[in-house]
Amino acid sequence: MNAFSRLLTGAALGMALAVTSTSAMAETPPNMLVIANRIDDITTLDPAESFEFAGSDVSRNVYQKLVNFDPLDLDAGYQPDIAESWDVSEDGTSITFKIRDGLTFHSGNPVTAEDVQFSLRRAIILNKTPAFILTQFGFTPENIEQTIVADGDTLTITTDKPYATSFVLNCLTSTIGGIVDKKTVMEHDKDGDLGNEWLKTNTAGSGAYSLVSWKPNESVTLKSNPDFYLGAPTMERVVVRHVQESASQRLLLERGDIDIARNLNPEDVAGASSVDGVKIADELKGRLMYVSLNQKHPELSKPQVRQAFKYLIDYEGMRDSFLKGQYTIHQNFLPQTYLGASDEAPFNFDIEKAKSLLDEAGVSGLEIEVGVREAQERIEIAQAMQNALGQVGIKMNITVGTAKQILARYRSRELDVYLGAWGPDYPDPQTNAGTFAYNPDNSDEANATGLLAWRNSWDTDGLTEKTNAAVVENDTVKRADMYKTIQADFRETSPFVIMFQQIEQSAMRDNVTDFSTGQAITSASYWQVTK
Amino acid sequence: MALAERPTGGRRSAPLIHWIKSILKTLGTIAITMLGLLFVTFIIGRVMPIDPVLAIVGERASQSTYDAVYQQLGLDKPLLVQFFYYLWDVLHGDFGNSLLNARPVSEDIARVFPATLELATLGVLIGIFLGVPLGVIAAVKRGSWIDQIARVVALVGYSMPIFWLGLMGLLVFYGVLGWVGGPGRLDIFYEDVVPTRTGLILLDSAIVQDWDVFRNALTHIILPAALLGYYSLAYISRMTRSFMLEQLSAEYVITARVKGLSERQVIWRHAFKNIRVQLITVIALSYANLLEGSVLTEIIFSWPGIGSYITTALLSADMNAVLGGTVVVGLIFICLNIFSDLLYRFFDPRSK
Repeated sequence: MNAFSRLLTGAALGMALAVTSTSAMAETPPNMLVIANRIDDITTLDPAESFEFAGSDVSRNVYQKLVNFDPLDLDAGYQPDIAESWDVSEDGTSITFKIRDGLTFHSGNPVTAEDVQFSLRRAIILNKTPAFILTQFGFTPENIEQTIVADGDTLTITTDKPYATSFVLNCLTSTIGGIVDKKTVMEHDKDGDLGNEWLKTNTAGSGAYSLVSWKPNESVTLKSNPDFYLGAPTMERVVVRHVQESASQRLLLERGDIDIARNLNPEDVAGASSVDGVKIADELKGRLMYVSLNQKHPELSKPQVRQAFKYLIDYEGMRDSFLKGQYTIHQNFLPQTYLGASDEAPFNFDIEKAKSLLDEAGVSGLEIEVGVREAQERIEIAQAMQNALGQVGIKMNITVGTAKQILARYRSRELDVYLGAWGPDYPDPQTNAGTFAYNPDNSDEANATGLLAWRNSWDTDGLTEKTNAAVVENDTVKRADMYKTIQADFRETSPFVIMFQQIEQSAMRDNVTDFSTGQAITSASYWQVTK
Repeated sequence: MALAERPTGGRRSAPLIHWIKSILKTLGTIAITMLGLLFVTFIIGRVMPIDPVLAIVGERASQSTYDAVYQQLGLDKPLLVQFFYYLWDVLHGDFGNSLLNARPVSEDIARVFPATLELATLGVLIGIFLGVPLGVIAAVKRGSWIDQIARVVALVGYSMPIFWLGLMGLLVFYGVLGWVGGPGRLDIFYEDVVPTRTGLILLDSAIVQDWDVFRNALTHIILPAALLGYYSLAYISRMTRSFMLEQLSAEYVITARVKGLSERQVIWRHAFKNIRVQLITVIALSYANLLEGSVLTEIIFSWPGIGSYITTALLSADMNAVLGGTVVVGLIFICLNIFSDLLYRFFDPRSK
């Protein structure tokens, strides 16, 4: 649906709903939460494998972790969950967790240190896409018997070097840190797959909810765990229904057939916000929109040109028009709400400043190509940028393509300019610092396609070492300051123009309280919700 | 004796041989059509600019992870070899697992196809029961106000975007009037209440005589079915009108009228009887189109059918799911073709 038809549909919906409202309103039962969301990205429910948004929402509510975030106080950072407490060894390489007593899985089996050991080892052996979140600490299938060890009611993990405790614990709050019921899972082991096949479509957790059903592209139904250690959730049943279309979500919400609509477009948000009984809640999410310049390009690698690009983005104009309500201006690689995040935003749209920087660099008659994936908002940003660059004599050709076409060229360092989005992998600053500001080997042979700095052939101007230092800093306040310093340098020198951070706008019935999508650092949680 | 019996036996076996030959010929046609369909879809799927590996490993995976999955999927092998591996599995009834949700594709299709079947069947029934009489009346009363209405109905049906019409239908009948259920096949509270036997909720609820679920399912299906039915109606009524006009101007109709037969007998017993074969083709085509799954209708009404299944799979580069869905759609066309052929023989002795 293009912007025009969205607008038309939104206007028609708004008008008709405002003019007439004759039929009786439906209402969901008081102990049931019904959410409309796009859940077609769920590919697996196995916490060792799940890496998508909607799948992480399920995991967060079904599985406990050693440490976890409190949805009512996300700013407080990680809190005890299955681990009641923890001690760090003097050399900083070992953390010993004391396992909380009296916890049970949905099966009725007790949660033990043995289960925690099994879950973490299992994730490393299976080595699925998110496994790097754990293996970056030096865990390998060969050494896990020595590095992840249960002993009575404690579990000790030993990393390959002394990392910041906050880094390790933040990573353990990720979906891959979900603790599974060893006994139940191994009953479904098939050909030594550690129950992976079974756990793709079933769950074996101890969290606030257990899975009733997952029908791909249709719905996820959860039921509350009456024995949840924080108290039985008020919402005894949660149904997340796949509703693709924004206008359909809005109709369902306004009719009272659902409690929360999570994917309304700006027009529908604006329309729904004026309806009685509906409220809108904004939460900052982790996705960043950025432009990057390939440093192999002789002109784009000049420091003044990098700077000039940062003045050629109409940040406010875009935020207030086609990105309205969906993105906020953000010019740093750590999303707001992350440890070490900075809200410094020194760049504004300044054609004259950009011109003088380009003159200083001796650049004229430049023609470059920008690669953009076929997503409406990205194409619109590219067009706005094309217009601004035209004003300083730079001709920018926009190449729009599928993920395969554009990413393949980006990953092989072929694009002059890339315009895209990046979302963090886990709730620790290292997740973005380790890709935007880290590139130990900038040679083509290194083939470090996972690193954004490498993809742009940028050697990071010394930020790699600073990133390495921040990741081992144990003083959390000092660590946060280190990231702020790195980001200050990054803003000025890097070939990245970070532009926007995503806002998720959830529309909900006004009797719903305490719903959290998890901000940038985690996923949605339902156990604290009341109506 | 033996010599005398031979010709008799030969006469008896001739129709049998002919019958067997005919079946073998049909099966051969099906096999070649399916093979061609699979081959073309497979090749298109492989040369399209979508990346199944990227869909699985994600944008930020390292090159080694990417390469490992690339090999695991067999994408490093020549295209023809990949095709023959796939064909071998299909011949063994294995459509493979969905690359994305890891479930067997056959299970997914068994889940989504009944939703489409239920919707398309109701849609085409609406199209037939309203479209055929409308077409006949429009032809008989050519140029009258009813003919004009039929024209407008057909024109609107052909030209109105289904997406817009669906949204407006939802807005008016669900959002404002509250006469029908919203998007989805059932209200949340009725989901999983009746056991799934056929996957057709109307039928499943009728089997266990749970009329609350039946009623609820009906309120949900009626609007999308009416929408699809309207599009069928537009096509069927136009075609019926045109077939009938041709017959009504034929000499045998004039003869029948001269013989003093009533207008009703002339129209329904004579003229209509002769358009049945053509109508079967039109209806079969219309039904097949609906059974492919109407993607936009399914999206607006959150209807988990095969159209949105194949589309989502295609956009996610899940080629096993796309191929599985294509085979099903291909089979539908073939089955409807065979069924139309059988009906031709029944209604038109000449085609025997």
